[in-house]
Amino acid sequence: MFHALVSIKQVPDTTNIRIDPETNNLIRQGVPTILNPYDAHAVAAAVEWKRKLGGKVTIITMGPPAAVTSLRECIEMGADRAILISARQFAGADTWATSYVLSEVVKEIHAKDPIDLVFFGKQAIDGDTAQVGPGVAVRLDLPVVSYAVKIREVNLEKRYVIIERKTESRNEVIKTTLPAALTCEKDIAEIPFASLPDLVYSLRYEPEVWTAESPITFEPALLGLKGSPTTVFKTGTPDKHTAGEVIKTADMGVDGAVKVALEKILGVEGMVSMLGVQK
Amino acid sequence: MTRRFWVYIEQEDGKAHPVAWELLGVARRLADEVNDNAVVEGILVGHNMEELAKEAIEYGAQTVYVVDDPAFKNYLNKPYTTALTALVKKYDPEVLLVGATTLGRDLAGAVATSIGTGLTADTTHLAMGEVKGSDKKLLLATRPAFGGNVIATIVCRDYSPQMATVRPRVFTSAPRQTDAKGEVVREIIPITPEMINAEILEFITNDASSVKLEYADIIVSGGRGLGGAKGFALIKELADELGGVVGSSRACVDAGWIKYDHQVGQTGKTVRPKLYIAAGISGAIQHKVGMQESDFILAINRDPNAPIFDVATMSIVGDLYEVIPAMIKQIRALKEAQHG
Ligand SMILES: Cc1cc2nc3c(=O)[nH]c(=O)nc-3n(C[C@H](O)[C@H](O)[C@H](O)COP(=O)(O)OP(=O)(O)OC[C@H]3O[C@@H](n4cnc5c(N)ncnc54)[C@H](O)[C@@H]3O)c2cc1C
Ligand SMILES: Nc1ncnc2c1ncn2[C@@H]1O[C@H](COP(=O)(O)O)[C@@H](O)[C@H]1O
Repeated sequence: MFHALVSIKQVPDTTNIRIDPETNNLIRQGVPTILNPYDAHAVAAAVEWKRKLGGKVTIITMGPPAAVTSLRECIEMGADRAILISARQFAGADTWATSYVLSEVVKEIHAKDPIDLVFFGKQAIDGDTAQVGPGVAVRLDLPVVSYAVKIREVNLEKRYVIIERKTESRNEVIKTTLPAALTCEKDIAEIPFASLPDLVYSLRYEPEVWTAESPITFEPALLGLKGSPTTVFKTGTPDKHTAGEVIKTADMGVDGAVKVALEKILGVEGMVSMLGVQK
Repeated sequence: MTRRFWVYIEQEDGKAHPVAWELLGVARRLADEVNDNAVVEGILVGHNMEELAKEAIEYGAQTVYVVDDPAFKNYLNKPYTTALTALVKKYDPEVLLVGATTLGRDLAGAVATSIGTGLTADTTHLAMGEVKGSDKKLLLATRPAFGGNVIATIVCRDYSPQMATVRPRVFTSAPRQTDAKGEVVREIIPITPEMINAEILEFITNDASSVKLEYADIIVSGGRGLGGAKGFALIKELADELGGVVGSSRACVDAGWIKYDHQVGQTGKTVRPKLYIAAGISGAIQHKVGMQESDFILAINRDPNAPIFDVATMSIVGDLYEVIPAMIKQIRALKEAQHG
């Protein structure tokens, strides 16, 4: 039996974030939260392999009570069990403190119900750090394959997995021992349409809630803001640039505007020879 | 005590990723900011690294620590993490910079966790500065957050080394000096079979991943204003005419008009070409952070209020389907004039 665990995060939908032009502050009000897109694909992949091999998918998240919505979404996609790890002490965690909590949780689940594969998204779109997956894997001493685009084979008898991952210049096909961890690109699996039974089940599903004391007693000094080696020193808004010349085809015609623009471009040092033209 | 500023020299098949030389450049600047005895040193892990070690010295590494063994021929997380972690523990550097590439982020996240120190991901600005409660200058690592709407400066006060991954192409490369002198120190990292818990079965090189956006001199990018996947044929025609490569906004990638490898911006590539042409791109903050350092930006947009015009060197208010064909025609005419 295959047991996959997927670590997910609920994030603000950053496409909808706006900045207050007066105060330069983030306007968070009314910003919807969503299941981190990469994590959704990771859940889809885990469910796909559960259906192939037989077994189950467990979902975990560390976050506020509202993250229940994202957990239900995973159940709707076909996951079997969901755990919300939630307590005030966890607030303000950086990736190091987050990976501490998540790794302890994975360990606890694994002790009772051995896990074959631990899935992460490539990165969470609020912070874009891509550090939590490798961090948890290192703490658990699991082999980690990041930027996975395809799971080619999961062999539960011979205890290996073959995963295709993306690097800067090429794709690599990696074979590694189980249990293993992977961080997923969107290519890993298509998001499935929910089946009616899964949909109905998800509506009344209540995730288990784990706290800072139970069932795991976490080391308080390692949690949240206190347990985070990095701190935010200051925040600001990006530098403003100054606009250059603006010309309109309506004023000088298309050819006229293009001529003006090309002349300016060719005036840049080295451009004439780079483009192989004569000025 | 020597204050060590370390740069991880990322390599694949014995070729350095250019970000390594950019990092040697910033590391030098940071070291100079704290002055007293600060040194810039490179870390190289791989097999047959002699040439590269020499190159790293030419780009400014005063010392290069080299782990050279067939076991490290190709990058794998565990052995590389083991090697880098061991070297950090041995030499206790103050700062460790790694390129924010796929490989670099994979490695840095693992190393920071195994050492138990902080790591700031994907930084775009670095400085050494005074921080209350610390008796020495700390690394101020700045990065965009919340989709580029906010920039946050992160510090790591009580842990060492202060680590950051750094976006390729936001800093310029250190100058290469062929007569530079430096020391190569060979390090032996014993590798046990259990450390090799993974093997690479094959490499797949595909066309899409050969798009070298970050280091292109000329980029022509299209946005949602193209109206459909077909529009990229026109963008490609102009790019080919200019000897450049094709870029894109995320809207087109999400719509499936073009592959992710072409995406410029916060969640795509940071580029710094000599010429960047943005056609039918509105200029959302997330796009601008990836291209606004280009030498010359030409923006073409129908909307006179498009935010892309705020960062453009030259803006044409007009329909890209009129402007680009006219541009191709005029460039061809200029080339003909050149050849006879
Ligand atoms: C976390 C996060 C990360 C992101 N990362 C990126 C990123 O890396 N890169 C990125 O690009 N975006 C990114 N985005 C998305 C970004 O916010 C914008 O949605 C996106 O850049 C818009 O793309 P666009 O300019 O092509 O489309 P639009 O905003 O729809 O603009 C289309 C433009 O085309 C013009 N136009 C239409 N027809 C014509 C015509 N015939 N001739 C001339 N002009 C025409 C219109 O006037 C308009 O200005 C990110 C968003 C988030 C939240
Ligand atoms: N609070 C969290 N709870 C559960 N999983 C998380 C959490 N934060 C991050 N992750 C996982 O780690 C991945 C990378 O996140 P990040 O390092 O923040 O970019 C995400 O895609 C999730 O799979």
